Amino acid sequence: MAEPAPQRPGGQDFEQTLNQSDTNVARFENTDRTFLKSLQHFLHGNPTIVPVVILILGIVGFAVVTDGKFLSLYNMNVILQRVSIVGTLAAAQTLVILTAGIDLSIGALMVLMSMAMGHLAVSMGVPAPLAVLIGLGGGGLCGFLNGLLVTKVKLPPFITTLGTWRIFYALIFMVFGSQSIRGGDIDKVAPLLKFWGNVLVLGPVRLTYGSILLFVIFFVLWYVLTQTAWGRHVYAVGDDAEAAELSGMQSDRVLRQVYIVAGVVGGLAAWMAIGRLGSASPTSFAEANLESITAVVIGGISLFGGRGSIWGVFFGAIIVQVFDAGLSMTSLDTQAKYMALGVLIIVAVAMDQWIRKVSA
Amino acid sequence: MTVQPIVQGRGIVKRYGHVTAIDHSDFDLYPGEILAVIGDNGAGKSSIVKSICGAVHPDEGEIKIEGKPVHFNSPLDARDMGIEIVYQQLALSPALSIADNMFAGRELLKPGVMGKVFRQLDKKAMEDFARQKLSDLGLMTVQSINQAVETLSGGQRQGVAVARAAAFAKKFIIMDEPTAALGVKESRRVLELIQEVRSRGIPIVLISHNMPHVFEVADRIHIHRLGKRHAVIDPAKFSMSDAVAIMTGASEAPPIEDQQLTPKVA
Amino acid sequence: MKTIKSAIKLAATASIVALSAGAAQAETGACLITKTDTNPFFVKMKEGALQGAEANGISLQTFAGKIDGDVESQVAAVESCIASGAKGILITPSDSRALAPVIGQARDAGILVIALDTPFEPAETADATFATDNFKAGELIGQWAAASMNADEAKIALLDLNASEISVDYLRNNGFLQGFGVDIKDPTDIGDEDDARIVGNDVTNGNEEGGRTAMENLLQKDSGVNVVYTINEPAAAGAYEALKSVGLESQALIVSVDGGCPGVQNVAEGVIGATSMQFPLLMASKGIEAIKTFAETGEKPQNSEGLDFYNTGVQLVTDKPVDGIESITSEEALKLCWG
Repeated sequence: MAEPAPQRPGGQDFEQTLNQSDTNVARFENTDRTFLKSLQHFLHGNPTIVPVVILILGIVGFAVVTDGKFLSLYNMNVILQRVSIVGTLAAAQTLVILTAGIDLSIGALMVLMSMAMGHLAVSMGVPAPLAVLIGLGGGGLCGFLNGLLVTKVKLPPFITTLGTWRIFYALIFMVFGSQSIRGGDIDKVAPLLKFWGNVLVLGPVRLTYGSILLFVIFFVLWYVLTQTAWGRHVYAVGDDAEAAELSGMQSDRVLRQVYIVAGVVGGLAAWMAIGRLGSASPTSFAEANLESITAVVIGGISLFGGRGSIWGVFFGAIIVQVFDAGLSMTSLDTQAKYMALGVLIIVAVAMDQWIRKVSA
Repeated sequence: MTVQPIVQGRGIVKRYGHVTAIDHSDFDLYPGEILAVIGDNGAGKSSIVKSICGAVHPDEGEIKIEGKPVHFNSPLDARDMGIEIVYQQLALSPALSIADNMFAGRELLKPGVMGKVFRQLDKKAMEDFARQKLSDLGLMTVQSINQAVETLSGGQRQGVAVARAAAFAKKFIIMDEPTAALGVKESRRVLELIQEVRSRGIPIVLISHNMPHVFEVADRIHIHRLGKRHAVIDPAKFSMSDAVAIMTGASEAPPIEDQQLTPKVA
Repeated sequence: MKTIKSAIKLAATASIVALSAGAAQAETGACLITKTDTNPFFVKMKEGALQGAEANGISLQTFAGKIDGDVESQVAAVESCIASGAKGILITPSDSRALAPVIGQARDAGILVIALDTPFEPAETADATFATDNFKAGELIGQWAAASMNADEAKIALLDLNASEISVDYLRNNGFLQGFGVDIKDPTDIGDEDDARIVGNDVTNGNEEGGRTAMENLLQKDSGVNVVYTINEPAAAGAYEALKSVGLESQALIVSVDGGCPGVQNVAEGVIGATSMQFPLLMASKGIEAIKTFAETGEKPQNSEGLDFYNTGVQLVTDKPVDGIESITSEEALKLCWG
């Protein structure tokens, strides 16, 4: 038999020299960091700062351009009221995008559920609270369908929701027809459906219940994402699904739950939409899904999943409305408005990429 | 004298279509030892190890943990029994903190209403525990327990993964190529870490291609060849080239009396 | 890419042909191509076309774009119709100009092409146009509004369709202004007027959300708005909500165009002051009759006198009639409304 291998508890021969070697493995030139580098590091640690800065710049910019008219109470009230629907959808969208997915169907889901609530309550005589519950549950069910397709059939979220987007839209018109359900009819039998459109007057501030609910939704989501195990799992699954699975999380279950919660929140947005529009409208909010993605992206949530803060999205949603309202007050035409929003999206994502490079 | 093995696998078979990945293989791990598993690529060493932690479901054969037959449906079942795995790709979430990673999938909730009703995490308890475990293993060179794992070096990440396994392992730890991606100095730290963990009484299954590392830390070496346990040798009695020869089929397996099927009696 | 596209088109055509293969080949074939199949107006139009087709023994295929402005789907639809050997095409063009080449192909193939609701530019692109007189529709509500208030102290908000300023958009908008007594300058341009009574224009996409947002924007410019012109009734409902949220709903008179049932109901409840009702069902059924005549005799339909299209009529609906403008009540209108 062969000779026994020499055992040397101190390590291998060639490693003996290590004792004398420099203890630094690599060194970083920390001293001469440029301003940009420090900024980059700062933003990496505080990702919500970017949307806040954009928001402040936007408000100041529009205030200057419009001679302060932009800062009128009426305008501020209107912006807070408008943000509620797309902001709520953005909250739902955030959950999905944190898992490295995307939900193109969320806008259609909302319209479908608002038509369902309106139709059940007004045309079919279902008691309003039940109609609302069915709408919320239906949203969850639609989300569950997305979740099943993503986890069981293993379709990419983009494809899944591209498909369900079309399906939900078709269902709106096939099941409920193309005519709006009038505000007058809703008032008669189911004023509850318009609950979130009620206005809370606090001196000069006119907040709709919807904008208050938006804040509550974000607070709850913040709590869930940062203070509970489930929230950690959402981030982990989006960051690296395989790693999450190997370290003992049930990725697929988390994903399904994310889509269900997103669907229920979409149902909530449907309820709020009736409050804002006064009627249940099948033709409104045709681009709400894209607007929600815009808010999420501007809010600094990475489309690759796993990164970003929910408050960033809150500010992102407000930014979209601030730019929308501000640009309408300048005499720019509609297309120039779209163009400016397009530039905003690209700048936001480019910032995100730049900030992420810090760890590379 | 008979010491009861921690893990005892007998006649394990796993087929994938026409390919037999595990061909009536045996496997034994004893308390307090580092058992290295070596084998050529495709020999099935990772299949046999996966079969004892629930990642692979054997078609035939029997696996006993501490004498009791087990049937794991997933690594989670194994984990619930106190079997931890350090994967080659580490299974860490880069954007989450060290503490979050240590507790991934088994987070601690606050006591009382906040934990029970509102499911609030007990971040402080988790951070303290993580800091404690890292210092135990001499790993508290990281600046903050709340640092994102992606800001750590490869060796530090390996350290976090090993510390996580050591913190929760009650039965044993499987380590898959823990030094494969590391530099010389970092490998050294990890080998020391492995010995540190063993000294705490937790047996380790070490899968590695690195013969010097295997020979340095292993108590016994399980040589896998063509889907079977081909031989189990004592690294003190064989050279690296012997092991490689056995592993590749260049030389026969040594006769059973020269093998080390059970641990050396101290 | 191109081959994939044409393969898809081919497949789509094949499936449509297969679907309609059940209908006897000998029957006269016709196609209805609408801008979308989500707008109740087009839904009603389709209903009229289907009724007309059944009554006249015509086999009808229907197509629709996915959204307003979806030219590509309409081009594909026209191509499918040519391929299936239809005798006539009824189309509401999503783009008044971009469809001209494919319409030319259809006419070269001997197909009678009738534009419904939206004229081509030039109108001669099609053999005929069956439409509402949108200028007249705007004019009626403009006259009504001017007669219902002190027109000199008007503060006018104009809620239009979208940024493309298509013909229906400028015709209604300028018709309203002319009826109200504003100098409209270029009749094909929106927003070139300099009358101080105009607070501003904004776009609504013809739905409640856009109506509300646009109204909010214009209230920003002047909270004293007291006349609101809207492109259609959903936009009017949205505008009403915006006014209501700041307690101004009784200050402003909202006028609109369409005649959808919820819109007429909103007239009854005072949300909308007056609306000009149009008749999509008539457009489509007249169109089908024209195709039947053409298939039998080769005779093409004639335009209404003094217009470059066949006028399918427009009717003012209000519960507060004014002298000199013929109108019907919401109650009567509910029997005629669509959707």
